[in-house]
Order: sequence, then structure tokens, then C-alpha cells
Amino acid sequence: MSVSAEGLNSRREDEARRGVWRRPPLIANPRLRWALVAGVLVYLLLALASVEVNWERVAEGAGRALNFIAAFMQPDFLSRKGDILNGLLESLTMTLTSTVIGILLAIPVGLGAARNVAPLPVYIFCRAIIAISRTFQEIIIAILFVVMFGFGPFAGMITLAFATIGFMAKLLAEDIEDLDWKQVEAIRATGAGWWQTMNQAVQPQVMPRLIGLSMYRLDINFRESSVIGIVGAGGIGATLNTSLSRYEYSTSAAILLIIIAIVLLSEYASSHVRRWTQ
Amino acid sequence: MPVSTTSDGTPIWQRRTSRVQWLIFLAWLVGISLLLLCWKVISDNTMWVFVEDAGRQGSDLISRMTPPRWEYASQLWQPMWDTINIATLGTALGIALAFPVAFLAARNTTPHPLVRSLALTIIVSSRSINSIIWAMLLVTILGPGVLAGIIAIGLRSIGFVGKLLYEAIEEIHPTPVEAVSATGASRLQVMNYGVLPQVMPAFAGISVYRWDINIRESTVLGLVGAGGIGLQLNASINLLAWNQVSVIFLMIFATVLVSEWVSARVRQAII
Repeated sequence: MSVSAEGLNSRREDEARRGVWRRPPLIANPRLRWALVAGVLVYLLLALASVEVNWERVAEGAGRALNFIAAFMQPDFLSRKGDILNGLLESLTMTLTSTVIGILLAIPVGLGAARNVAPLPVYIFCRAIIAISRTFQEIIIAILFVVMFGFGPFAGMITLAFATIGFMAKLLAEDIEDLDWKQVEAIRATGAGWWQTMNQAVQPQVMPRLIGLSMYRLDINFRESSVIGIVGAGGIGATLNTSLSRYEYSTSAAILLIIIAIVLLSEYASSHVRRWTQ
Repeated sequence: MPVSTTSDGTPIWQRRTSRVQWLIFLAWLVGISLLLLCWKVISDNTMWVFVEDAGRQGSDLISRMTPPRWEYASQLWQPMWDTINIATLGTALGIALAFPVAFLAARNTTPHPLVRSLALTIIVSSRSINSIIWAMLLVTILGPGVLAGIIAIGLRSIGFVGKLLYEAIEEIHPTPVEAVSATGASRLQVMNYGVLPQVMPAFAGISVYRWDINIRESTVLGLVGAGGIGLQLNASINLLAWNQVSVIFLMIFATVLVSEWVSARVRQAII
């Protein structure tokens, strides 16, 4: 392969000398490149063929799409004010408590999932927790917790906390695995125990990233809290779902605008906090 | 560093000034009170009878889920294929839409600041609305089915791909761009030969990463009627057929693991 690639390069150079220049391709090996192109084409054909579209239904829905766009022009914040406020309050409280609980639980799991500080059995156990928590969408976990804990924000809080564990613990573990080992050695050389090493050598190195990630997760949890209400786990999602199924599009538009505004605000705040910690 | 002196002249070192100390204390106080307040709101809205029952319900659930009804897996291949299609075609749609938006949103390639803020608005609204909510809206408009799922995933991906891509564009090296424009290249040619080659690897990496996330998200779109394995999940839950639900869970788990592995390998190969 290397011979042919060199041959290709020299041909390219010859052409360039004659003033005909072509950009080198993204994938150097021509056989792999064409195989990829062919594979993509075949897949697209198969996939598009299996998508069934009911055009009559789409045409029927076009009117609703227009209604919806019109509703976005005139969002109705007031007629369901009580429901919206209740939903928002539930979402926000769920977000905060679940983030705090999730992070507190994620720290031990993250430590256990870092290969350089945890023994193998603990490592495998913690990695399994992370894999399970990350694979399943919040909404699937919410279904199970709603069955267990009943309807309401408590199930939502547990769901978000569980999802937070997977997210935070994975990133924290990666951060711990990349840390500067010299500082750990230095602290160990003073005769420090495991706890002292963690506290004095590991924690200061991962803290800025941990704070940044926590802010980011707060943001994600709010976004997710707007969804898990669909399956009965409390929050603004329940209000949104109700308004959509009642065809009260102007209320739905108002809720969506509120969600966008809050996400914008929290993103802005979290970028400030991250700049300040790093 | 704050050093105070005691009456007999020995200096005492402290880590922080007392002002900072108080501020930190105050921040903790506010934070913890807020947390307790939030907890109170949640606990007021919770039926504690149900929560106390959780252990029994949980073990009941597990006993209903096991053993999984393996025969059911044979009915799941078609929905799984749909799920993968939703994720892949949705990602393709999202990438196609995000690509121009990212160029309009990057500070160094945008034609006008006004266009830039419009592009940023598109990115933020797409990012803040979850794909399930997009799917709910689209199902009411387009009717239930795979198409609504594809478009929902596509719309949600614009924000993610767009944001990461425009950040990558803003971080490019200005030298090649200057070199290309010094040859008298037009604006489009500068983009094509100066900017594009620099962001291409990042772009490919971001796309594969988003595909991996989309596989995960597309597994639940069926809950609101947008096609894929979520439809089967919803049907099984409504029938209380928990031994089918566990088969679906295992299937989702396996698919996500494979897609994560593929995406990690591809990203490793690119970067």
C-alpha cells in the first residue's frame, strides 16, 4: 500500500509541476475510499427504501404545521400560567437536587472507575454502573422509576441523579486516569495513606474540571427534566405534553420558549463559571 | 497571602483573607438552603406511600422481567433496523443542515454579524429542545412513523454539530487562509481550500460522535410514536409484558455498546 501511495504522490507532484493540482483526498487508500463510497450508497438505498411515508397524512399535517408556526408568533404565556409555573418549579427543583445527589454519588463511582487508583474488581463494578447508566436514555430509566416510586417529581429526581452518575463518573474517571502522576508520588513519599493521597494529590488536579462538568450537567439535567414528564416523572414536560395533546399550540410554544430561555441563561452562566475555575 | 501578627510578634499565615472566608461561607449557606428548599418542594409533591413501597415494587418488577422472553427478539429486527436508520439518516440530515449554519456562525467566516446571531439562535434553539420534544411536535404534524423520527433527530443534531463545528472553525490557523486569499482566490475558494481542509477531521469526528448519541436517542423516539424500537417498548409496557421489555432493554444495550465501539474506533482513526 505504501508503494502505491508513494506512486500516487509522485504522480500528483508531476501533475502539480505541469500546473494541474488536485487536492489530496481525505482517505489516502483509494480502495478503502471507493469501498466506503459504495457502502454508503448501498446503505442509503436500502435505508431510504425502508422508510415508509404516508404522504396523505403529511399533507393533512401541513395545516397543523402552519398553526404551529403561527402559535410561535403569538405564544400564550397566560392562560395556563398556573400549570406552567408549577411545572417549571418542579423542573428546576428536580434539576438542582438531582445534580447535587448525582455528583455526590458520582465521585466515589468515578474514583472506582479510574484504573490507576482502583483495584480491578472495583473497577469492573464501577464501569458496569457507568455503562448501564449511560446506555439507557433518561426517559427509559424514568419509566422504571415511575413504576417503582409512583408518579411525581421524586421519580424524576432519582432518574436524573442516576443519569448524572454515569455521565459525571465516566468523565471524572477519565480525568483521574490522565492526571499528573508525579504529584501522587510526591504525596505518597511523605507516607500519606490512600485517603490523604486522594485528598491532597488527586482532588486538587481534577477539581476545576469537576466544577465545570457539574455546571454542564446542571444544564443537561434541566433539558432532560423537560422531557421525563412525558412518562409521568413530573416537571414541565408533563405540562408540555398535555398542551400538545390538547392542541393548545400557543401554550406549547410559550413553554418551549421558556425552556430555550432558561437553557440559554444557564449556558451563559456555566460558561462564566468554567472560565473562572480554569 | 494574608499574614496577621499576634501580640507577641509571631506571624500567623492563613490561606484566605477573612473576607474571602466569609464569602465562601455565605456561598455554602445560600447553596445548602436552596438545596433544602428544593428538596422540600419535591417532598411536598411526592406521595410517600408509594415511595415506601418502592422496594417491593422493584423486586416485583425484576421478577416479572426475568426470564426474558427470548422468542420476542425475532420480532425486533425490523424495529431495530428502523432505529438505526432513524439515527443514521437523521444524523446525515443534521450534518447537511448544520454545515452551512456553522460557517455562518463562526466569527471568522460569517458574512455579517447579523447573520451570525441568527445562526447562533438556530444552534441554541436546536440544542435546548430535546429530540423527544421535536418528535412530539413532528408526530402531530407528519403523523406517526419513521420520517418524524428522522427529522426530529436531524433537527436536534443541528445544534450539537453546528456548535462544535463553528468552534472548530474559529480555532483554525489563519495562515493558510491568508495564503489562499493572497493568490486572489474568491470567498468560496478561500473556504474550500483554506478553511475546509483544516476543519474536515474535526467535522468527521463530530459527526461520528453525534451518530453514536443519536443511536441512543432514537431508541426512545418510538415512545411518542416516531418509529423504531421505542414503539415496541411502549406497546410492551402498555401490555405490562415486562419479560418483553427486558429483551428490548438487552437489545438496546447491545446496540449502543456496538455503536459506541464503532464511533470510538472511527474517531481514533481520524484523529
